[in-house]
Amino acid sequence: MTSHDLRSSKDRRGGRSPAPALLAAPVLLAVLAASTPGWADAAPGAAACTGCHGPAALGSAIPSLDGHAAEDIVAQMQAFRSGERKATVMDRIARGYTEEETRAIAEWLAKPEAARHAQP
Amino acid sequence: MPSRRALIGGAAASVAATVLAAPHARAQVQPQVVVVGGGFAGASCARALKQLDRDLAVTLIEPEAAYLACPFSNAVLAGLRGIEAQTFGYDRFGDIGLIRKGAVAFDAGRRRVRLDDGTDIAYARLVLAPGVDLRFDALSGYDEAAAEVMPHAWKAGPQTLLLRDQLTAMPDGGVVILSAPANPFRCPPGPYERASLIAHYLKTSKPRSKLIILDAKDAFSKQRLFEAAWRELYPGLIEWVPLSSGGRVTEVDPATRTLVTEFGSHKADIANVIPPQRAGRIAQSAGVADQTGWCPIDPITFESRLQPAIHVVGDAAIGGAMPKSAFSANAQAKACAAAVAALVRERQPASPKLINTCYSLVAPGYGISIAGVYQPRDGLLAEVEGAGGTSPLEAPLSVRELEAAYAEDWFRTITSEVFG
Ligand SMILES: Cc1cc2nc3c(=O)[nH]c(=O)nc-3n(C[C@H](O)[C@H](O)[C@H](O)COP(=O)(O)OP(=O)(O)OC[C@H]3O[C@@H](n4cnc5c(N)ncnc54)[C@H](O)[C@@H]3O)c2cc1C
Repeated sequence: MTSHDLRSSKDRRGGRSPAPALLAAPVLLAVLAASTPGWADAAPGAAACTGCHGPAALGSAIPSLDGHAAEDIVAQMQAFRSGERKATVMDRIARGYTEEETRAIAEWLAKPEAARHAQP
Repeated sequence: MPSRRALIGGAAASVAATVLAAPHARAQVQPQVVVVGGGFAGASCARALKQLDRDLAVTLIEPEAAYLACPFSNAVLAGLRGIEAQTFGYDRFGDIGLIRKGAVAFDAGRRRVRLDDGTDIAYARLVLAPGVDLRFDALSGYDEAAAEVMPHAWKAGPQTLLLRDQLTAMPDGGVVILSAPANPFRCPPGPYERASLIAHYLKTSKPRSKLIILDAKDAFSKQRLFEAAWRELYPGLIEWVPLSSGGRVTEVDPATRTLVTEFGSHKADIANVIPPQRAGRIAQSAGVADQTGWCPIDPITFESRLQPAIHVVGDAAIGGAMPKSAFSANAQAKACAAAVAALVRERQPASPKLINTCYSLVAPGYGISIAGVYQPRDGLLAEVEGAGGTSPLEAPLSVRELEAAYAEDWFRTITSEVFG
């Protein structure tokens, strides 16, 4: 295992362009968006992600989740959980979430950037 | 141009005036949430509240002009980092009302907080995040004056620089003694990260010196990883004396830099005494701390179990299985903000799910971590089974390097989220 293997999916995916952010569950999102402003709809657990995964502009070694489609996040979390994707810490964290919880979080994370990193 | 101080004072005065004029009307239109303490917990909470609901009036009460972050302050001690890298201002808080005062008392019945200039502020809900109070009554001889000779360096700032300067001035061949408290305390792996980085400094600059850890515990966070790394990187340099071998310090003498344990006494060239702790003083006077010195909370809303409408987050709270870390403080603050934002609008708060990840540096470029996922269970924040744990005991250096890089970038990310 090299440090390269452990690097972010950003490296692995290379030139792939980000999938449209609102691909998943448009109906659910519409309902949520109507009720309260962005952040309030965060699925339980989602708010904790941004402590490590910041805006892409920070240029962190910890990959930003900006621009990832929900399906993509769900698949990566599944790969972390099963051990298929090597990780330093995400394997330990992913095992704390059910498939359903992961999906709800992924859908929130896939919302436009402003909903998560908004400045007051 | 009016000074920032004047603007802040003006905003605070107008908030107080409006509340006095029409408390009920205001409570319905624009609920007032007051956050006390602008550390990782309080600053995160104030920011999250405003993000959750722009129409909330959010006030942040913090007496200091700048925040000095503890994570990575052990690297400052070892000369690997400047204190500037630990310093964060409060100038990027948008329309959160910032008041540079300390809170001194609460009237929980009338929902008012009194500041050190005598002002009273009304709140619909209050979030208390004062961090820890170092106990200067727990070890005989260890008071605030003693800390000027035997620094704790457990709050970043002058104490960090004092310990750093003592290390720099110490002749080669000296004995450094670090005394670690019993659980619970701020940052469980912190004393051992500190021991590691001091050992790194001694190994590279004063190789004939020695480091002794006098511990009030028989086990500590990430112990197997730390001990394996110490054997590998600092053979013979660090001696850990656990509780059962007489590690618990009961008394100190600053005049001779002596630490007394149940089994004997140790004379140090440098004594870093990390004393027992409790919730910040204001938590004691507000009546939200119990006999343990910490604040019991509801794990869904973080509301105090002892006082209504006061929520406690961060180090001051009894976080169940969650350790007292900046990561936990930030995660709790965001969950608490969601609950408070729901409660002031009379909505049902959702049950949260939280994460903690604590990185420690054992040497530059050598990082290890412990992580956990938490959720409410039986009235406490409990660890989700099957998740979490530490870095692997066996791993190539590339993994340790990567974790060291992640540690640094975690710090950059979280401080930019919290302080803007
Ligand atoms: C050496 C060391 C290393 C650490 N390393 C890490 C690490 O790598 N990772 C990690 O996650 N954590 C780490 N920590 C732990 C982390 O620093 C704390 O858990 C974190 O600071 C807790 O945040 P808090 O907001 O609860 O308290 P604090 O950060 O202490 O903030 C409390 C704030 O409240 C203010 N305040 C207090 N009383 C009042 C009052 N009456 N009125 C108004 N304001 C008040 C204070 O001025 C302060 O700004 C470390 C700690 C130490 C000591």
